[in-house]
Amino acid sequence: MSLVDVTGLRVDFGALRAVDGLSFRLEEGAALALVGESGSGKSTVASALLGLHRGTGARVEGSIEVAGTDVQRASEEELRRLRGGPAAMVFQDPLSSLDPYYAIGDQIAEVYRVHARVSRRAARTRAVEVLDRVGIPDAARRSRSRPHEFSGGMRQRALIAMALSCEPRLLIADEPTTALDVTVQAQVLDLLHTLREETGMGLLLVTHDVGVAAESVDEVLVMRHGKAVEHGPVAGVLGAPAQPYTRELLAAVPRLDAPRKTSTAPEEVVLEAAGLRREFGRGKRAFTAVDDVSLTLRRGETLGIVGESGSGKTTLGRMLVGLLEPTAGTLTFEGRAHTGVNPAVQMVFQDPVSSLNPRRSVGESIADPLRARGERQEGRIRERVGELLERVGLEAAHYDRYPHEFSGGQRQRVGIARALAAGPRVIVCDEPVSALDVTTQAHVVGLLGELQRELGLALVFVAHDLAVVRQVSDRVAVMRRGRVVEEGPVEEVYESPRDPYTRQLLAAVPALDPEAAARRRAQRRELAAA
Amino acid sequence: MNGFTGFVLRRAVGAAVTLLAISVIVYIVFYATPGNVAQITCGPRCSPEQVHQVARQLNLDDPLFVRYGHFLQGLVAGQDYSTGTSVQHCSAPCLGLSYQSDQQVTQLIWAKLPVSLSLVAGAMVLWLILGVGTGVLSAWRRGRFSERVLTGITLAGTATPVFVIGLVLMIVVCGELRLLPFPQYVALTDDPEQWAWNLLLPWLSLALIEAAAFARLTRASMLETLAEDHIRTFRAYGVGERSVVGRHALRGAFAPVIALNANNVGSAVGGAVLTETLFGLPGIGQELVHAVNVVDLPVVVGMVLVIGFFVVLANAVADVLYAVADRRVVLT
Repeated sequence: MSLVDVTGLRVDFGALRAVDGLSFRLEEGAALALVGESGSGKSTVASALLGLHRGTGARVEGSIEVAGTDVQRASEEELRRLRGGPAAMVFQDPLSSLDPYYAIGDQIAEVYRVHARVSRRAARTRAVEVLDRVGIPDAARRSRSRPHEFSGGMRQRALIAMALSCEPRLLIADEPTTALDVTVQAQVLDLLHTLREETGMGLLLVTHDVGVAAESVDEVLVMRHGKAVEHGPVAGVLGAPAQPYTRELLAAVPRLDAPRKTSTAPEEVVLEAAGLRREFGRGKRAFTAVDDVSLTLRRGETLGIVGESGSGKTTLGRMLVGLLEPTAGTLTFEGRAHTGVNPAVQMVFQDPVSSLNPRRSVGESIADPLRARGERQEGRIRERVGELLERVGLEAAHYDRYPHEFSGGQRQRVGIARALAAGPRVIVCDEPVSALDVTTQAHVVGLLGELQRELGLALVFVAHDLAVVRQVSDRVAVMRRGRVVEEGPVEEVYESPRDPYTRQLLAAVPALDPEAAARRRAQRRELAAA
Repeated sequence: MNGFTGFVLRRAVGAAVTLLAISVIVYIVFYATPGNVAQITCGPRCSPEQVHQVARQLNLDDPLFVRYGHFLQGLVAGQDYSTGTSVQHCSAPCLGLSYQSDQQVTQLIWAKLPVSLSLVAGAMVLWLILGVGTGVLSAWRRGRFSERVLTGITLAGTATPVFVIGLVLMIVVCGELRLLPFPQYVALTDDPEQWAWNLLLPWLSLALIEAAAFARLTRASMLETLAEDHIRTFRAYGVGERSVVGRHALRGAFAPVIALNANNVGSAVGGAVLTETLFGLPGIGQELVHAVNVVDLPVVVGMVLVIGFFVVLANAVADVLYAVADRRVVLT
């Protein structure tokens, strides 16, 4: 009997069919990844395996068998025994997935006591044991911490520890690394790999990131619109995809080894930063977010800035645009001192949802910079906004629509149109594609490249994703703890990194090819040992 | 607990500044309003000469800021008042003398305060139990028949004026059923048992009105917490519904309840006029309304300051409770 056996699974949320006739099996100890873009129904499947749709109004049809339990027919009591017992789930976003008010050890102990008849004290000991197992240093003491006292990676480990506490036969991991930095992501994936080797548990991994899947599983099931597109061994599906959608998906994934354009940027410097420094807070709580950063940006080139969360890359980006005043250092734009906001230096923001006012039409949002420059004639504003909308691949008639009527990628196009409206010569893009699906990501990156060539724009591309930065940039600066640790032409930095941190970052990027993934895993072990 | 002492100190300074600001505003509002205070205090039959004399006695001829200066001086150092023939010493903190009775305002407040505090303290316990309990139940039973009944009752509670609820309670409990005598205030220090029995109906009436707001707030914030990811985590680990709702959701839903409670307790000290009047409780609220009617300004200013003090105090206590309930809160 298989560990998981799903036949003809169908999940409807009202009129929306999220999962449409999906069937798959997972044997004991095997690992399967459900891969798909947002809205493909992959997380819905994961929740259905534990019967989590019960009582939510969703209609679930088909048969689901997990670790010998018929999830569709099981009583509440049987379901509760299954959940966290033989089958445990690890969620995305570990900050919100733990109760902020209780100590982490207590939360794990509470779950353990649901499934094992043991004393409070024994459960607490078990909690420390599993926390230690997932690599929380000084687990006995740290088990008394509350979630906000843990870093993102440690919280994710704590959630995995909770899952491990009852020695499950199946681990369901729903985007377990999505909120994490690459180096931390690599550590968590390595941990899952080791645990699987040691305990022989099965793994069902839900992810939008093909690279994460390639690192961790034996089989891949590609989903789209609630249906299975392609299903097979990971090397086959990712190495020689049979379906056009799989090929499209793989082609859109930015790679560290993809061919890239060669830069032909002129030498003329448009924006120059010298000794930039920015502190937040005062006195004992003062914190230096950016420390002594000097950069130059030439006309028509793209400067990539990579770093993990907290490295100061966003603060730097905001200072370049003039949204933040530097504590020290100077900025020069086209030969003159650059202070405050300047229409010629614009910004595209990360979150296309929150960076547009939901109560105003997108046309109004794009028209803001025009009005700010003194344009008063409605007709001319509409005409110009229409041109801009068309320029970024939308329609002029979209002027009166509201942000919620657009998809994530379209909203980001609106954000780009708004930046263009001011007639900029430099655009700072702060994580412009990190909230988007890979195929959408590829389109937006393509658009930025086109605009750059046509308008001769200089771009600063701030991102945490090394592969995306490599793809778009001519030169790249690697940031860590507020400083630039390495800067140079992309080929140099990526092919022969000088700084150990850059090497560590590059080794952490998931590879699409399982063999390469295994090689990188070994490389990471070496780096960690060194 | 260095951070805690610092918090208390900062809070005390903040409270003092707030109260000072309140006193300035109250002074300006009441003393600068048109209307002849001396005439009202003296009575309708006073001759212009008598009115003039009263005005001099009450220092009403001095400019406003001079009088405010006297007021502050009395507050810090105490003051002597000559009332025609004798001299009365009013020791610090002195809030002045009542225009009507020449009684010291502080003494007047000391006499009324226990009544108001008794009423509010008991009512608070009841409204928290009733309100939070109803809120939790209706969040848990959302959309079912029992929830609609509970919502209906709480809505009726807010919609019914306190004098209706109070009167009905009195008529039924004391009049028809004769379960309790008609309420009459007995001091806690005199007879604790009688104190509680006599305050039971006032507590209930006040609590029923306030409970509705707590029920709705608790329900809304419970529903919000129940939709959070960590609740899903515990459900996905087979933790029972009772523990999910009672342990994890309720704790998360408590912060807004603490905040609302602070405001309500603070304002009920001086604001439960209707309840006090209805049940004949000689509390602050009743006295304040009387003082406003007869333009007894020292009493008005004094009582407003005392009420302000309780609002500030209740909020400071709420902040501490916040920090105790949620370790992420830093007291600053």
